[in-house]
Amino acid sequence: MSTVVLLLVTGVGLGALYFLVASGLSLIYGLMGVLNFAHGSFLTLGAFAGWAVARAVGTTSWAGFALALLAGAIVGALVAALTELLLVRRLYERHIEQVLVTVGLSLASVALFEGIWGPDPEFITGPAWLDSTTSLLGAHVPNDRFVVIAVAAAVLGGIVLFLRRTRYGLIIRAGVENRAMVTALGIDVRKAFTVVFAVGGAAAGLGGVLASQYFGYVSPHLGGSLLIFAFIVTVIGGLGSLAGAAVASVVVAVLQQVANYYWGYGDLVVVLLLAVVLLVRPSGLMGRSAR
Amino acid sequence: MSRPTLTPASAVVTVVVPVVVAVVLACLPLLAIQVPGVLPGPTYTPGTLHVLALCWLVAALALSYHLLFGLAGLMSFGHALYFAAGAYGLAIVLQHTELPLLGAAAVVLVGGVVLAHVIGAISLRVTGISFAMVTLAFAQAGNVLVRRNPGGATGGEEGLALRTDHVPDALVGVLHTRNLYWLALAVLVGTYLVVLWVERSRAGHVAAATRENEVRVRVIGGRPYAVRLLVFVLAATLATVTGMAYLLLQSGAVPRASSADFTLTLLVMVVLGGVGSRWGAIVGAVVYTLLDQRLGELASSDAVAALPAVLRVPLSEPMFLLGTCFVLVVLFLPGGIAGLAQRLARRRAVGPTPERMAA
Amino acid sequence: MSAHDTAVDGQRPADDGPSSADDVLEVRHLSARIAGQTVVEDVSFTVPARGVTAVLGRNGVGKTSTLRAILGLVERQGEIVLGGTRIDGERTDRIVRRGIGYVPEDREVFAGLTVAENLRLAERDARVGAARRELVAGLFPDLVQRAGQRAGTLSGGQQQMVSLARALLNDNRLLLVDEPTKGLAPRLVAEVADALAEAAERVPILLVEQNLEVVDRLAERVVVIDAGRVVHTGPARDLLDDPARVQRLLGVHAETAADDPGDTITRAPAGPTTEEVTG
Repeated sequence: MSTVVLLLVTGVGLGALYFLVASGLSLIYGLMGVLNFAHGSFLTLGAFAGWAVARAVGTTSWAGFALALLAGAIVGALVAALTELLLVRRLYERHIEQVLVTVGLSLASVALFEGIWGPDPEFITGPAWLDSTTSLLGAHVPNDRFVVIAVAAAVLGGIVLFLRRTRYGLIIRAGVENRAMVTALGIDVRKAFTVVFAVGGAAAGLGGVLASQYFGYVSPHLGGSLLIFAFIVTVIGGLGSLAGAAVASVVVAVLQQVANYYWGYGDLVVVLLLAVVLLVRPSGLMGRSAR
Repeated sequence: MSRPTLTPASAVVTVVVPVVVAVVLACLPLLAIQVPGVLPGPTYTPGTLHVLALCWLVAALALSYHLLFGLAGLMSFGHALYFAAGAYGLAIVLQHTELPLLGAAAVVLVGGVVLAHVIGAISLRVTGISFAMVTLAFAQAGNVLVRRNPGGATGGEEGLALRTDHVPDALVGVLHTRNLYWLALAVLVGTYLVVLWVERSRAGHVAAATRENEVRVRVIGGRPYAVRLLVFVLAATLATVTGMAYLLLQSGAVPRASSADFTLTLLVMVVLGGVGSRWGAIVGAVVYTLLDQRLGELASSDAVAALPAVLRVPLSEPMFLLGTCFVLVVLFLPGGIAGLAQRLARRRAVGPTPERMAA
Repeated sequence: MSAHDTAVDGQRPADDGPSSADDVLEVRHLSARIAGQTVVEDVSFTVPARGVTAVLGRNGVGKTSTLRAILGLVERQGEIVLGGTRIDGERTDRIVRRGIGYVPEDREVFAGLTVAENLRLAERDARVGAARRELVAGLFPDLVQRAGQRAGTLSGGQQQMVSLARALLNDNRLLLVDEPTKGLAPRLVAEVADALAEAAERVPILLVEQNLEVVDRLAERVVVIDAGRVVHTGPARDLLDDPARVQRLLGVHAETAADDPGDTITRAPAGPTTEEVTG
């Protein structure tokens, strides 16, 4: 029983991480038709920024942790917005080129990170409570999982509120459905593009700080390793569907944890699940039909 | 769709020039040409031959990717899988059986074709982004398998060394780099011929038409799925052959060969060279490989070490320079090197332009 | 059918008379391509600043593409002048903000948004929108009741109301309306026609319509398109009073049009090929 609880909670915790990355990917693809390969780099930069701030303020203090989260979100948002403004926007309506540009950016940025910080992981610490565990129905659950889940839930709530209550949210929801008609109503969707990139980048940056706590290190490859899973989750959930990304994150991560525990090849199971879903239902669990 | 007639001008370009180039390249090991800064030494030295052989193999791989992406418009993110299947497959067969090289290669080739057929049949049921994701998924699965080292078969993160017991002596050892060079060149020439043949065949024309407008192809009775599967399997098989030659050249296989990153670098090469151009793929691959090899030297040179950190750090990372180059090409030079060359040629000559396939 | 007739009716370049200062829209040598195919060859006409100008033609001749080309939604070339300013180089949203309301064929309401959200999205200026809400509520009382309903669950007629209301909520100089009565039952066709008549008192309308009864009721001028070119322009009355000409240009009987207002029988069949038309 305690094993099941542990697997479930750690699974949901991992799913929360996936969601933080996948939410941005899903919105960006849904609105703009761009598969953003550079998303992992937003996460990595957020992680490094958070770590720098935490070291400045105090790595084991909660203030340090909170400020690190803030720094990660801000850096992620900024870099993402810049990426959209300088690179993606120039290739308006040319989807293949947009994907290629994000690929190039991801390759170049990871190399740059390696140059600046070195290719090896740097182990980090955080508030002591995060490293200890809490007993839950007989299972000893690491506390950082709870924090990740809480933050991801807050981000999900925040994005939903944003989408439902603000004008940009309205534009984005409409644009995901029918971008051409939104422009035919006199609305400049390009600003919404930057907003969506920034929101996705902020979530990824947050994910970076949390991932560095979860795995215990920062490294130039942190984003890349999570990005593959985020892609899988986004596609399984349905490109463009936030709810789909949320559901798929949890399902995929729990499955991965369980498979890893009993068999050891969780990654393989996830990948094969993607293939199966795509063949049975190409638009994903909750997505619209493919563009 | 009519086959383009071979005018005298295009005959020169498509037949004579490649033959001449191939002959010249074959003679390089016997010559002492030096290209300081680009090649580590004169062309008869093993070090230089090794670098060049690597260029030819990567070019062959890029050509096979051109078949997928440039001709059929299939953006696969999992092409590295078949290359790795060739390299690792041959290494494993040689390691665990007593088959001679040719026999082992035949086994791996058949295995590669079967693998490509199965995965292709599944992946091609979807198109566009979904297709890209499925191919990525399968390649990731392969990568995971390789890294996890089930039963010690793949050597895990350290890779698998080549067991040379049944490999002819002529292909082993630094002294015989020359032979490996010729093997690599033969793979490139063979791949080029296959790609040329496919492009000019009826299937090739249907594949190109499918890339542009699938509905129209169906309406006139073509079968997009069957043609795409054919191209997919052919491209994958070419990659498998290249992988096997790679194993011999490098005396080992490494997990990186099966990574998504590796497929992405193939994409970079093909786009840098110019999507849709055979020569573009080759040029892109050679430029990339040379840069990759040589920039490492540049990075650790004294000149760069003396630069302030702001310049030194980016310059010492080859991938950064390549990635930035790639971004710039995508933004400002969409036709790649081949496109640039054509624009320059068109400005000088008023003659007919060679047949060009749009991306 | 002789080539001569078409030539007489046919458009001669820039021969629509000098464009009067009273024209809200002038289109000169507009051509458009979709996915590499030319769908509008060479279209020139003007839209007066008052009343309804109807664009007529058989299926597939390029009427919808002409409207979309004016808005910049498809690749186009040519001159488009709105109230004296050239707009053919501008992006769609910029063109629309100059004061064009668009009611597309197939309505294109946002299914996942509520009726109220669809309308709110369309409001370009909150004050104007507030002032217009009464007008819209009066024309479409049904929508007021269904304000919180998701637009995807509305009937075709109700979605058409949303689409029309969107255009009426703004201070527009011109409305582009594309086949608003398509697929609607006769009662709804009448309601749509009523709403358009009311709107036409305030703003000029360029109306693509295949229902000749609606055209008869609303339009002062007609522009007839065939195979991507304008083949006739003139007062609506002159055309509609001439059944033979209607038959020739639109392939449909004027009387049948009167009998079946919203029925698909009046929908024109696909016309002859360009070669047949020009002999």
